[in-house]
Amino acid sequence: MKRFQLSEAFLFMTKALISVTGLDSTGIIARVATRLSEMNINILDITQTILGGYFTMLMVVDLDGAHLSFEEIDNELQPVRDELKMTIHMQRMDIFDAMHRI
Amino acid sequence: MINTGEILQTMRMIQEENFDIRTITLGINLLDCSDPNPQRCAERIYEKICRVAQNLVHTGEDIETEFGIPIVNKRISVTPVSMIAQGDPLPIAIALDRAAAEVGVNFLGGYSALMHKGATDADERLLASIPEVLSTTNLLCSSVNVASTRAGINMNAVREMGLIIKETASRTADSDGLGCAKLVVFANAVEDNPFMAGAFCGIGEPECAINVGVSGPGVVKVALESVRGEPFDVVAETIKRTAFKITRVGQLVAKEASRRLNIPFGIVDLSLAPTPARGDSVAHILTEMGLEYAGAPGTTAALALLNDAVKKGGIMASNHVGGLSGAFIPVSEDIGMIEAVSAGALTLEKLESMTCVCSVGLDMIAIPGDTSAETISGIIADEAAIGMINNKTTAVRIIPAVGKKAGDRVEFGGLLGHAPVIPVNPFGNRSFIERGGRIPAPVHSMRN
Repeated sequence: MKRFQLSEAFLFMTKALISVTGLDSTGIIARVATRLSEMNINILDITQTILGGYFTMLMVVDLDGAHLSFEEIDNELQPVRDELKMTIHMQRMDIFDAMHRI
Repeated sequence: MINTGEILQTMRMIQEENFDIRTITLGINLLDCSDPNPQRCAERIYEKICRVAQNLVHTGEDIETEFGIPIVNKRISVTPVSMIAQGDPLPIAIALDRAAAEVGVNFLGGYSALMHKGATDADERLLASIPEVLSTTNLLCSSVNVASTRAGINMNAVREMGLIIKETASRTADSDGLGCAKLVVFANAVEDNPFMAGAFCGIGEPECAINVGVSGPGVVKVALESVRGEPFDVVAETIKRTAFKITRVGQLVAKEASRRLNIPFGIVDLSLAPTPARGDSVAHILTEMGLEYAGAPGTTAALALLNDAVKKGGIMASNHVGGLSGAFIPVSEDIGMIEAVSAGALTLEKLESMTCVCSVGLDMIAIPGDTSAETISGIIADEAAIGMINNKTTAVRIIPAVGKKAGDRVEFGGLLGHAPVIPVNPFGNRSFIERGGRIPAPVHSMRN
């Protein structure tokens, strides 16, 4: 498992997990990453697998660069959802940390 | 940083196993709204609730969206109204209901009286108004504390509550006695409970506080599926681990709500609260342990293990634990309990013994409409005695189904669910209930 150097800025940034699931096709990562980059959202980590033609990607991103509300960012992802016909779900990373880290 | 297994586990809990935060409940002190003029008192209450709780619902919704965890209810609990109402409590009830609708909460609790030792004039006025209030308001919930370990059982209040429950049922007969679903009779009521119908903001509470109730019986059930056939040591450990994870999310939501609303964090209530949905049942945790139905011999032991393991797992996950904390066993709100009653596996007497080890008491149980007020009072007295002697909170939320008999069905809708009417012991107790007075506090109340 990768380990980041934990700087203070890293600890206090607003991190979110974006999960992308659905039938595999060409250019999914590129399309999602481009949209995030257009919103100035930095990708911190990615893991991705394909199981039986089913694409699953988990992405940790830093929302602080975006200057948009959580809801606005989520809405901005809607065209990507429609275009790729994928389920794209975004939620704050805190919930995973709370549940699995003491 | 990404541990795929952990992230997928959390997502599965929420999406497939019905994990949710049952409620964010904002406790609001209303003592400063008291006024000899009932109308002016009502106006002050309306103004204060609308001011303090104006951001509650949308803050809850924002947290829901951002963290990806459903927060099923947003609620308000207020100071027991009998402490504020210097005259007629009806205008206050109307103001509370209006304020709850205005700020958009699902329920408002606190139309309550604490009379475990005796009744004030205001308590009496409030009690007399309960049937009318519960049949004419929509969002208001009422509770009455009739006993405590320190004070004993107020048998006058117990007698009156039998009559009030009957009256409330008959006034709301067209909705299967829905009014009684909003009325709970307590022993050892707690001051920071976020769950309805019994939530109120106790007199030891701060000006306002955020109390959060978690849920997630489905998550526990699924976790236990992976340890089938293992001994109880493993069962208990699995429940503890799961309860820890559930409660951590409750703590996160409570802290976040507290920060955003700038209202102090009160407690997390470590509860397993079922809903009538399949896969969200406490009874099914018991059946997963190896019982054919909830109610089969062994049920009380299974529930005792569950209730204790939930607390042990949850306590370390939150810095302030409170409320009722444990496993709820309502009948109409739990598909497994409904099945057990329908199959004849679960009786009122077995439910009573289960309340010795669950988090609260007899909850959401439909009884025949012709059950007498004394019989209901007797059920309340028994339940209060269990609470008083065992130093725990117990309660009765029982619904006489007007015009229906054992085996018929009642339908409340939504989270309140539906239930078969359960038979009640038909033997008499009139002379017992007519005595009134107080059952003295037990010897173990003398702890100083």
